[in-house]
Amino acid sequence: MNAGTPILEAAVPTGAHDQHMVLNMGPQHPSMHGVLRLVLEIDGEIVVRLYPEIGYLHTGIEKSCETKLFQQVVPLTDRIDYLSPMANNLCYCLAVERLLGLEIPAKAQWMRVLLAELTRLNSHLIWLGTHAMDIGALTVFLYTFREREEILRIFEGLAGQRMMTSYFRIGGLSVEPPLDFFDRVQGFIRSFPEKIDEYANLLTGNPIFRNRLQGVGILSAADAIALGVTGPNMRGSGVDFDLRRDMPYSGYERFQFKVPIATEGDCWARYLIRLTEMRESVGIIQQALDGMPQGPIKADAPKIVLPNREKMKTQMEALIHHFKIVTEGFNVPAGEVYQGIESPRGQMGYYVVSDGSAKPWRVHMRNPSFATLQAIETMCKGRMLADVVAVVGSIDIVLGEIDR
Amino acid sequence: MEALKTTLTGRAEVLEGLAEHPAVKAILAWSPSALADAKLDRGELTLTIAAEAICPAAATVQAAGYNFFEDLTAVDWFPSTPRFQLSYHLVSHIYKERIRLRVLLDGDAPSVESITAIWPAANFYEREVFDLFGISFSGHPNLRRIMMPDDWQGHPLRKDFPVEGYR
Repeated sequence: MNAGTPILEAAVPTGAHDQHMVLNMGPQHPSMHGVLRLVLEIDGEIVVRLYPEIGYLHTGIEKSCETKLFQQVVPLTDRIDYLSPMANNLCYCLAVERLLGLEIPAKAQWMRVLLAELTRLNSHLIWLGTHAMDIGALTVFLYTFREREEILRIFEGLAGQRMMTSYFRIGGLSVEPPLDFFDRVQGFIRSFPEKIDEYANLLTGNPIFRNRLQGVGILSAADAIALGVTGPNMRGSGVDFDLRRDMPYSGYERFQFKVPIATEGDCWARYLIRLTEMRESVGIIQQALDGMPQGPIKADAPKIVLPNREKMKTQMEALIHHFKIVTEGFNVPAGEVYQGIESPRGQMGYYVVSDGSAKPWRVHMRNPSFATLQAIETMCKGRMLADVVAVVGSIDIVLGEIDR
Repeated sequence: MEALKTTLTGRAEVLEGLAEHPAVKAILAWSPSALADAKLDRGELTLTIAAEAICPAAATVQAAGYNFFEDLTAVDWFPSTPRFQLSYHLVSHIYKERIRLRVLLDGDAPSVESITAIWPAANFYEREVFDLFGISFSGHPNLRRIMMPDDWQGHPLRKDFPVEGYR
């Protein structure tokens, strides 16, 4: 429709100022967290208008999903948000399980909660490291990656993969966790609260870090709701809503945790919220470890869930089911389901439509970063150019999930 | 879990079973004729709204407590008719509940009014649907492609758009 017209044209201001300038930040820029292009109209150092240009990573994942069997979509969901693959897996599996009407065994639900929270730690650690690095505190990055490495090692032991885990299956989990899994997680979260104190010592009292964030990128509660901002960004603006508590899924209603809220709405509030969220996640993981039920990790649905290796090699029925699931998949009753979860970045949602066949008719992902990006102009307008870097860091976006 | 097991199909059943539901009540109080169809399936309430009434209907449910716009997307039902379905997902922070507004559109030059005046958050979502499905939104402040390049031909998420190869 507007092909060929420039995205932004510099307005000729009235008064004695020089003409406004249009400046491109990105798509290749170290502080843009991926390939985000921001077109800025600036008056000297003051941001007048800002326009995010996205789509550089668009790979048509939603279209690809329509050509795959239901279970083949799981690995694709990893690649949307490469920092929190488990959250995407979980959201998709929950949606399809609701379409199928599957009951998930208690152990699988608790494992999913545990892994979703480990993923939240993983994602928040990267956010903290890169955000601090953007502001100029280079040291923190090395510390957060030290802890993230241990989480990735735990994931590797569990799923054989460090980042693209694809560990969840429709109907449960892919394999039993290894024998040392629970001990490693316990060891990790026992020492982790001290590590959070370490980050806080490096950053919270640091006057440069504080000055760069306090009062910068303010987003009011009304703006946050109007612009679709969710997750820690919304809670930093004083909107008290968390899907884990308010619309629980996967057994979250059995866990005790606090939802941190701040009212300032600036980058500093968002920083404090995520730091507190990490502490709460540690608490949830501890509860999941303490109360981990025994039992199967897969639903009792032989036509949907793959049989384990031993059964498949010894029982004729199991072999037939295995062959059928792998070659033809399974039919999912017609209908539409929207499943929302609280991902590390905010409200994630998978909208899965089935026409009754073995392939999804439509899979749509609602990703928190996509909506959050709309608020960036509101946060940066009238501020200095350098504050744009602080704001982009503080809203914690991942371009993979924006472009899909 | 109890709610998940209940299924209500058709406008009459939903109006009877969920007469006290805030969104249903608000829409009926405003204009019963705008509600073309309704269903409750797997715990999700879907209200089908006449295409020309989407803006006032969105404003009505917003006033009824569904304050947060979460998602908008389309489904291409090609070759069935009506071809396109728009799904608006709205969340209420008060009732802690989600509803879906559904709008059905014909395949020939589909167009619907933009809800960006009610929820500015719909801006990117409407651009995405415009880009990938070719459904235009009248009254949108900046309706241009968002994922594909500006000079791209065709709309990739339509069912008649090939998945691989040259066109």
